[in-house]
Amino acid sequence: MKNSINNAFKVAKKENRPALISYTVCGDNTKDKSLQILNSISKDLDIAEWGIPHNCPTADGKDIQNSSYRALKNGIRLNDIFKLVKRFKKTKPSKPIILMGYYQMIFNYGEKKFIRKCKESGVDGLIVVDLSFPDNKNFAKLCKGNSICFVQLIAPTTTVKRMREIIRSSHEMIYMISTISTTGSALKYSIKRIIKNYNVIKKIKPSKNVVIGFGITEKTISSLRSADGLVVGSAICREITRSLKDRQNPVTNVSKLVRKLKNKII
Amino acid sequence: MIKLKKKTPLIDQHDKFGFYGNKFGGNYCAETMRKPIEDLSKLFEKLRKDRKFLKKRDHYFKYYLGGETPFFKLENLTRHLGGAQIWCKDVSAINGDAHKAYHATVNALICKESGKRYIAGDTGAGMFGKNLAMAAKKMNLKCKIFMGTKDISRQAPNVKFMRDAGAEVVPVDSGSKTLVDAVSECMRHYVSNCDNTHLAVGSAIGCNIFLKICAWSTSQISRELKKQLIKEFGEIPKLKLINVIGGGSSALGFWNEFIDYDKKHVELVGVEAKYAAPLSTNAKVAILHGAAQYCLTDKEGQIAETHSLSAGLDYPGSSPLHGLLKDSGRARYTNASDKEALDAFKLITKLEDIRPSLEPAHAWSECIRLAPKLKKSDVLIVNNCGKGYKDKKIYIEQLGYYPK
Repeated sequence: MKNSINNAFKVAKKENRPALISYTVCGDNTKDKSLQILNSISKDLDIAEWGIPHNCPTADGKDIQNSSYRALKNGIRLNDIFKLVKRFKKTKPSKPIILMGYYQMIFNYGEKKFIRKCKESGVDGLIVVDLSFPDNKNFAKLCKGNSICFVQLIAPTTTVKRMREIIRSSHEMIYMISTISTTGSALKYSIKRIIKNYNVIKKIKPSKNVVIGFGITEKTISSLRSADGLVVGSAICREITRSLKDRQNPVTNVSKLVRKLKNKII
Repeated sequence: MIKLKKKTPLIDQHDKFGFYGNKFGGNYCAETMRKPIEDLSKLFEKLRKDRKFLKKRDHYFKYYLGGETPFFKLENLTRHLGGAQIWCKDVSAINGDAHKAYHATVNALICKESGKRYIAGDTGAGMFGKNLAMAAKKMNLKCKIFMGTKDISRQAPNVKFMRDAGAEVVPVDSGSKTLVDAVSECMRHYVSNCDNTHLAVGSAIGCNIFLKICAWSTSQISRELKKQLIKEFGEIPKLKLINVIGGGSSALGFWNEFIDYDKKHVELVGVEAKYAAPLSTNAKVAILHGAAQYCLTDKEGQIAETHSLSAGLDYPGSSPLHGLLKDSGRARYTNASDKEALDAFKLITKLEDIRPSLEPAHAWSECIRLAPKLKKSDVLIVNNCGKGYKDKKIYIEQLGYYPK
């Protein structure tokens, strides 16, 4: 279990496809609903990312903002998130789960207490959007000491020198941001350019699992299937918004969408 | 307690990670922003030592912004309150009507130097937005201003100014629809366009470089004041420098040259809006808009909503530099309610010819509280950092009139 993130990539590689990684916001639109959604889509997923909602999300586009505000409106708190992770892991112990959020939520809770709760509830990895290199060195160490994978991000603006430093200090998974944007906007770069950036990272350290995220949709996912993993977030959050608006069940709709995404990469 | 370093400009008292006193500031931003802000830091450090650039800045300050702003005694108010002498550093007399003119002009100059053609900024009261729009027009830059929809309606005169100057005003309708949301949206815009856009953060907040540029720009106020004081008194007398605090950009400019003085000699007093007062109500340190600072939050760490009649003060955070000044004991912070600010406006405008906006009206309120308790030899100076016309409608709604 310790290496469940690595295992997830191994399984996908064996099947000659990228790992499929979802991003939804924990508590969207209610605590139970968000768990039902995750349970339902997890059969098609290799790794699940769960967002910790924050009311000042400076790196997120409209879709994830909407999901976060919805979750907050329904009263989600950090302790609820840990409880929900525990419930998820009880039924799906081998499915890796990564929490993603802004540093303020961790800082306010207390770093050490936060990590302890992550460990207790079964969190496998963490992404902290606004805690970048080198400011994240201590926190990454704290994660490592508790067998939690700290996932660092690399952007199109990251220089190669900086990339090397980030990769050197990274754990088993690295998140590559596809284009200069917040989450959920259309891809600004050609697929060719994105793959080229990806290859630069892979060449520095081939053994790291590099996933691509931001702007991945039903339309773009298959063209990027050569990556180790692909993250779909805003497209799923958008589907939840649409379902709620049309008074349909988000669980079935999101499950259908994730199934479609999976079919595009196998 | 944090100790300030003598003879080191306040903005430069950070470590290599951008932290002041090991506690405030930093660079809590998305990876995408790291390279652009690093480039901007390098450019700024180069420019602030570059004689040609400084000459250009001074030229703009003198001929475009109108040069030194006046410093004068308020004889009637002094007599009326019967205590300390009350003086006014009337920054609102600048072309652009507020201290934001310095900061906006410098940002446009830096944008020009960086070779970027687009400039984006946030605004609450509209003073920064208006000045940025004017500076962008002057320097031939494309300008986008992010502003909460609540502020667009309550600060309409400034919005008209921005649009007339050719800027695009982007309404922000999320959250509380005020400054905090405008800053967030403006940062998102920057994350998505940092390859061709210069980000001009409207106050001394944000990642390290943004607050440095801001406080460096507004420090023109205290450079002038120091000279004016020596001219008037022959020395720096025993002073209290009273300034309103929203993000805190005008206070940092007003105080900058006096930081090294003993606080018994030059006391620094910051006045927040009562329901947006992280510094004077023992708020916790939180991370907002890229920096650790005193900030109002709820128990869960979510950023709290604030309430102030004044759009420029309606912000839950505060400059990391004010955190430093508070924790080092160099400045003290208090607050004033909407009503106290309105009462101050009434009294000031009855007795004197100045017409402060709602923001400095808060500082005037503290001045009115303090003056009667002090001696004739004590000198109180208020930074009258914004002109009142933008709040005319609010003053009429609240007081029933706006003085001529």
